[in-house]
Amino acid sequence: MIRAVTTATPPEAPAASPIGRSLRAQARIELLLLLRQPENLLVILVLPVLLLLFFAEVRAFPSIHGRPINFLVPGILTLALMSTGMVSLGISTAYQRYYRVLKRLGATPLPRAVLVAAKAGSVLLVEVGQVALVLAIGYFGFAWRPPGSLPLAILVMLVGAIMFAALGLTMAGVMRAELTIGGANGLYLIFLILGGVAMPVQQLPDLVRQLASVLPPTALSSSLRAVLAGGAFPAAPVALLAGWTLLLLATAIRFFRWE
Amino acid sequence: MAADRVAVSLRAVAKSYGGRRAVDGLSLEVFEGELVAILGPNGAGKTTTIEMLEGYRRPDEGRIEVLGLDPVADSHRFRPRAGIMLQEGGIYPTIRVGEAARLFASYFAHPLSPAALLERVGLADKTRTRYRQLSGGEKQRLSLALALVGKPQILFLDEPTAGMDPRARLLTWEIVKEQQAAGVTVLLTTHSMEEAERLADRVAIIREGRLVAYDSPARLRGDSGPELLHAELDAELPSALLARLRQLEFLEAVEDRGQGRYELVSSQPLRAAAELTHMLWQEGGPQLSLLRVGRASLEDVFLSLTEEAGA
Repeated sequence: MIRAVTTATPPEAPAASPIGRSLRAQARIELLLLLRQPENLLVILVLPVLLLLFFAEVRAFPSIHGRPINFLVPGILTLALMSTGMVSLGISTAYQRYYRVLKRLGATPLPRAVLVAAKAGSVLLVEVGQVALVLAIGYFGFAWRPPGSLPLAILVMLVGAIMFAALGLTMAGVMRAELTIGGANGLYLIFLILGGVAMPVQQLPDLVRQLASVLPPTALSSSLRAVLAGGAFPAAPVALLAGWTLLLLATAIRFFRWE
Repeated sequence: MAADRVAVSLRAVAKSYGGRRAVDGLSLEVFEGELVAILGPNGAGKTTTIEMLEGYRRPDEGRIEVLGLDPVADSHRFRPRAGIMLQEGGIYPTIRVGEAARLFASYFAHPLSPAALLERVGLADKTRTRYRQLSGGEKQRLSLALALVGKPQILFLDEPTAGMDPRARLLTWEIVKEQQAAGVTVLLTTHSMEEAERLADRVAIIREGRLVAYDSPARLRGDSGPELLHAELDAELPSALLARLRQLEFLEAVEDRGQGRYELVSSQPLRAAAELTHMLWQEGGPQLSLLRVGRASLEDVFLSLTEEAGA
């Protein structure tokens, strides 16, 4: 015979859910909300693909091993990571701070580390998709066959992704939301022109070439280009990339304000 | 209701922002299952106080304990037990109502059912609506639902019914009362005297970061004490008349509220009224525009306790 269970024992104190569960739920929502914004889709997906197709057809710029696509793919990969980490993540986080979402989440049992991990996970998923798409367009559309090391390129891209995410979060955590929009979009334009994305830094006027050659996107695009082209390990740009990444990561951690 | 276990205790708590003492030596105790409304003018330190209790800020001085825990140092044990509602915002603008409820439920080991909760706060037909598209009152109700989803032992509600239409306000009051009936301790800030009178077991009135009164609404109003006669005249009473009034033995006090408004405190308010009108008729003093017998409303008490010094 089944008897009703009594509930006379005092109720247990409310507890946090297992981290795996909240991490999955949080990452799912972060990803969903990122993709729900049409402007994010534009900057994450449409612009890199359009620029890739445009410049590959125009053949306005120099080639590596005789092929413009060899120059272009690493640049567009840089642009893709910049769009997601710096622009989308930066602006959405700035707004979450402005609307006190981060503050409210801080009072839930969700640990901050899990929130950060969820954001990182969602951004990384988007970036894997972007990279796969750009590589596929190069491979199938333009018979792109890089002679260099793909695993090494993935490693470089991972570092680049962290660098741009840290830059986006630094802006989001320090500046007001409207300033972050302006800052992220302004930097996007500057980096697009000066960062060795679709236009070689060597062709820039002397005045800006010095500056352009040490910018974060240039560090990533040069490293990526060299690694994919094969040959000697590009110690100088990779060192610059690592330096920027460490510096920006430190600023993000040091200056990010949750409220 | 465990009437004598302390759920919240502040002892000589102080918090400054840029040299200004937002909270200045505040001591307060709230019992388990009690509902306390914190009233005070803007800038009195209500939100600073509640944010210290929520664990957002550490007091500069003094001690805070909530459910026997330090909200900052013991945050891992504290956060699952507390439900909070910010004054505004706190929710992703583009999230749908149903998604928000399920997301917040995912933070707790034993949450309420998100669907049932949305039904209770009257948002069952809005689950697909984005937060940004909700009305002010609907946003507040979603925020309340998210505060409740983890079955908290203590609730902090910062102006929960601000911007709500009357029906939504009644629903919110009903839900808050349910929580209290279930033994949840509730602290809320409000500017609505009606809200405080209807809900609160005790009302804490704060002024310039200090506690100036803390009692049940009935005792703050002085329900057991003498009644009041409010008189409004079109000019100040001549000082000779005022002196004569003050000599009357059955008047406990004659308060001058300024601009021709007076309060005569007496257990014989009708006699006071007769005396005053007789005096004005005889002496031809200022014209009487309003005469009302009654006890002080909570609003009167609030206004007199929070009057600006020197105003």
